[in-house]
Amino acid sequence: MSDSAQYSAAAEVGQVRTRRSRWERTWIELKKAPFTAWIGMAIIAFYLILAVFAPLIAPHGEAEVFAVPFAPWSGEHLLGTDQIGRDIFSRLIYGARNTIGIALATTFLAFLIGGGLGLVAAINRSWLDQLISRGVDVFMAIPSLIFALMLLSIFGASAWSLIVIIALIDSTRVFRLTRAVAVNVAVMDYVEAARLRGEGLGWVMRREILPNIMPPLVAEFGLRFCFVFLTIASLSFLGVGIQPPTADWGSMVRETAQLIQFAQFDIRAAFTPLIPAAAIALITVGVNFLVDWFLQKSSGLRDVK
Amino acid sequence: MRTARVEGPLSLHPVLATILKRLGLGLITLFFVSIIIFSSINLLPGDFGEAVLGQAATEETVAAFRRELGLDQPAVVRYFDWIGGVVQGDLGTSFSGRASSGIDRSRSVAELIGPRLENTLFLAALTAVIAVPLALFLGITAALWRNTWYDKSASVTTLTTISFPEFFVAYILILLLGTLWPVFPSLANVQEDMTLGQRVYASILPALTLTLVIVAHMMRMTRAAIINLLASPYIEMARLKGESPRRVILKHALPNAWAPIATVIAFNLAYLVVGVVVVEVVFVYPGVGQLMVDAVSSRDIPVVQACALFFASAYILLNLLADVIGIVTNPRLLHPK
Amino acid sequence: MSNDDYLLDVRGLKVEGWADEKWNPIVKGVDLQLKAGQVMGLIGESGAGKSTLGLAAMGFTKDGCRISGGSAMFDGIDLVKATDEEKRRLWGTQLTYVAQSAAASFNPAHRLVEQTVATTVREGISPMSAAVADAKELYAALQLPNPETIGERYPHQVSGGQLQRVMTAMAMAPRPKLIVFDEPTTALDVTTQVEVLLSMRKAVRDFNTAAIYITHDLAVVAQMADVIKVLRYGEEVEEAETRQMLAEPKEDYTRSLWSVRMLGKEPKASDDIVLEIDGVDAAYGAVKVLHDVSIKLPRGRTVSIVGESGSGKSTTARVVTGLLPPSKGEVRFNGTALPAQLGQRNKDVLRKIQMIYQMADTAMNPRQTVGEIIGRPLEFYHGLKGRAQEKRVIELLEEIDLNEDFYDRLPSELSGGQKQRICIARALAADPEVIICDEVTSALDQIVQEGILKLLMRLQKEKDIAYMFITHDIATVAAISDEIVVMNQGKVVEQGSKTEVLAPPHPEYTQLLLSSVPEMDPDWLTRIEEQRV
Repeated sequence: MSDSAQYSAAAEVGQVRTRRSRWERTWIELKKAPFTAWIGMAIIAFYLILAVFAPLIAPHGEAEVFAVPFAPWSGEHLLGTDQIGRDIFSRLIYGARNTIGIALATTFLAFLIGGGLGLVAAINRSWLDQLISRGVDVFMAIPSLIFALMLLSIFGASAWSLIVIIALIDSTRVFRLTRAVAVNVAVMDYVEAARLRGEGLGWVMRREILPNIMPPLVAEFGLRFCFVFLTIASLSFLGVGIQPPTADWGSMVRETAQLIQFAQFDIRAAFTPLIPAAAIALITVGVNFLVDWFLQKSSGLRDVK
Repeated sequence: MRTARVEGPLSLHPVLATILKRLGLGLITLFFVSIIIFSSINLLPGDFGEAVLGQAATEETVAAFRRELGLDQPAVVRYFDWIGGVVQGDLGTSFSGRASSGIDRSRSVAELIGPRLENTLFLAALTAVIAVPLALFLGITAALWRNTWYDKSASVTTLTTISFPEFFVAYILILLLGTLWPVFPSLANVQEDMTLGQRVYASILPALTLTLVIVAHMMRMTRAAIINLLASPYIEMARLKGESPRRVILKHALPNAWAPIATVIAFNLAYLVVGVVVVEVVFVYPGVGQLMVDAVSSRDIPVVQACALFFASAYILLNLLADVIGIVTNPRLLHPK
Repeated sequence: MSNDDYLLDVRGLKVEGWADEKWNPIVKGVDLQLKAGQVMGLIGESGAGKSTLGLAAMGFTKDGCRISGGSAMFDGIDLVKATDEEKRRLWGTQLTYVAQSAAASFNPAHRLVEQTVATTVREGISPMSAAVADAKELYAALQLPNPETIGERYPHQVSGGQLQRVMTAMAMAPRPKLIVFDEPTTALDVTTQVEVLLSMRKAVRDFNTAAIYITHDLAVVAQMADVIKVLRYGEEVEEAETRQMLAEPKEDYTRSLWSVRMLGKEPKASDDIVLEIDGVDAAYGAVKVLHDVSIKLPRGRTVSIVGESGSGKSTTARVVTGLLPPSKGEVRFNGTALPAQLGQRNKDVLRKIQMIYQMADTAMNPRQTVGEIIGRPLEFYHGLKGRAQEKRVIELLEEIDLNEDFYDRLPSELSGGQKQRICIARALAADPEVIICDEVTSALDQIVQEGILKLLMRLQKEKDIAYMFITHDIATVAAISDEIVVMNQGKVVEQGSKTEVLAPPHPEYTQLLLSSVPEMDPDWLTRIEEQRV
């Protein structure tokens, strides 16, 4: 081959890719997304529509009581009524709004606390880091559901105490992850270069570190949302979470659970408690599918074909 | 730059030294956890006596109740009283059964928890016996045949079941195996005078529920741990030495995989401890989890504290065990320089 | 010529790798013939496909790669068509492999001797006791210390250079017909490298084993190989007898492989000292790593600090930048003592001392464009904003032989050499008097290294910048320095002008270091061998 050794820096072939706008790139990635990711996105979109437009979609009110408790499935009450005669189908739709709303608020709060402290600890790396980290170690030694049960027994169950308690417990996990990824970025040469340039702490945090830890944090947000969602559903199912008359899926399962014993007489009635349970499962499946794809993409560690 | 190892006067084998250090750390954690659990009682609102004893309680009975709780003493004294009792098996007295009249029909917490503790440990052990070998087998085979249809379907299935709340799995099993085809009892009515066989039969549905929930996690993590290992250069070297795929896994990967696998198992058994709470409630299984939920509803603080302490200790112990297995299988610690 | 003459006869071998959702060619149809007992050197730069070819010649591909064409006849068997079972019978017995990183390639859970004799015993070539006895002899032949007992150790208990020799013993144990050496000395320090090269060459010759020796270092391969094949972009550039290749390469590309050695610079002395390190001690925690280090850096000159890993050369840079305050002594800049801590130094001092890193990849924020990376110091130090800043960035890009097309690129869209140029531009943007260059060329291919070094020299002439050039590569040092400082174990062994330091007589360590650097002469290793006996 006749390869001349003539050298030009600008012509040097790197892994030069065509430049595309953010939207073009997103669209190209989306087109390559596996079907599980598409299912995930469809599920999440569906739930969001339900949550936002609940009053328009639901045929009856959230706490509207009808004459017949445990009414069978019918045209009037698509999924029948519950133990005190409320329309289950309508409560299911309102439940999307309440359960997702509370879980989202909790996750945001957890990230605000855990993420903020994690960043500070990662950059500071002194006694403050030691103090928070050891404290978090201790708190994480108590299983979160147990911790939540204990605190709820003290403060009583209400939507607000639920949000604050779960967010606090969950923020320990967020703290650990944020600190770990931020520490990895903080030791990079470009962070050292910024420090040698004389940049302040705020700039280093905002411009050098934060943009580079976003992908794992976004994925973690999805996973933590699932976790929070399941914890709240479990607590409600146990009767110490979201309290009536607010409709939520965990409590709905508990309230109608006894219907399952009549499966041999009315199979449809037996499905009634399973529907809100399935609604909980479906959204976590959706989020998990999406996060799984996102993780594979952003880590670049795709499985070898 | 490597730090020179400073040999103490008492030169212990590094494995022993590391294990002792871990045990010490575990004890310290347990100590702090007990403080947190204990302090929770101090967060109680001031009118708690009335809440427990009822509106009609006289000032004297409330005062007596507060005195019994020791709320008139400094917190440090009360903590050591409490933890001293715990160590000797005295977990205090339940709030329930008290009345405004001052008549006390309450039982000791130890009496309440004792038999239930046994039941919960039985359920957890039964689940572990089924779930751990199953998950390890599935995880190792999925790693071995990665990217085949077997692996891919396992991946989608487990990703799905991970997302299921325990009670969803539980009710599906009840619907299928409890009512439509009534093979197993849907209420796990475990009695003390049952034989082992009867106990297993009664607990099979709760155990199955827990198994389904944790196998998915454990399998995914085992697979990831092994695949992680298979990427190491010494595995490539083993293949280049003509080792068969089976020997590569068993002789070259597995001896190095015990630490990550132990972590996976301990993590999931710890998760099991928590999952037990919901499952016990669904199947009305007489264990510590159900007791705790009831106590939370009735705000029976001494019982809640005792249950929380039990769950937290089990959790810490399991994680400690994983660390210890990781330490004793680490050749770097076993054979120091 | 009939196939029977060759031990290994590779024809038109093609290998592909899976990336970006498609198969990409890595080796594009290469021929390779090797007779029994012959050693072939495969040489090329990163991405040339030399390791992939070496493995594929054994019939092996890494995960994510596949052989897509050609044949590889070994002893009458086509390794491309052979079943896994047939290949497994050959691997580890007739065909063995020595990997680049011995530390990572030994299984941490098994003793060295178990791993050495594993295939011999497995295939029933000899019983355990005989195999172990033979392994001990091999350890002795490879000049390992305590050959009787070293096999009882675990990999982490043995040093890197020794492990590499144990791995050679492991490859030799079944008396294979062919060994593939894959960059076996790249991760070692030069003084260790010589020892390993000597024992590997002796073993290969004593047992008359054929070998493929893969490396990017022509001087190393010149010592080991009878024939050298040069690869580039997965294709053959040329093949020739070693001596002929060194004396008169046919292709310009081959010549460029030692281009850095062709660079030269007349050393110039100067008394105008811009930076002075005076009697500095420094420690990481309780571990003292610098002992009374004093170095003077004249304005507009290059002082190279050479040493092996652990010599303290990078720590010296950290003391100068203020990242590691010294425990004793001080650093003076233009005659004034610098505050020890980074935080106490003012903006003007920070501006005048800039730093360029070894890994340009990690030295640039992957989320910032070239314009932002170079623009920031302009804004930070000189207050340039908007159009003025953009104009200056483009001027700087042109100074480093790039152009405004690069303004919007992200680091991931640049080649290795371009990345390092952007880092140079970022340092230039500050208008510095001193630039600390920490192994700035060691991660780059030869031809790219040459370009970067030429650029640095031109900029020095134009802007009168002083370089503190930290490196372990003597060839680079010889090419660009005015003065040289030799460091070993945290102490300055020798310093002076380039001509003084490179000419004898030398202090003992300098002598060892200089004599360990492979020369572009096929007889160099033989001479060393004779000297050391």
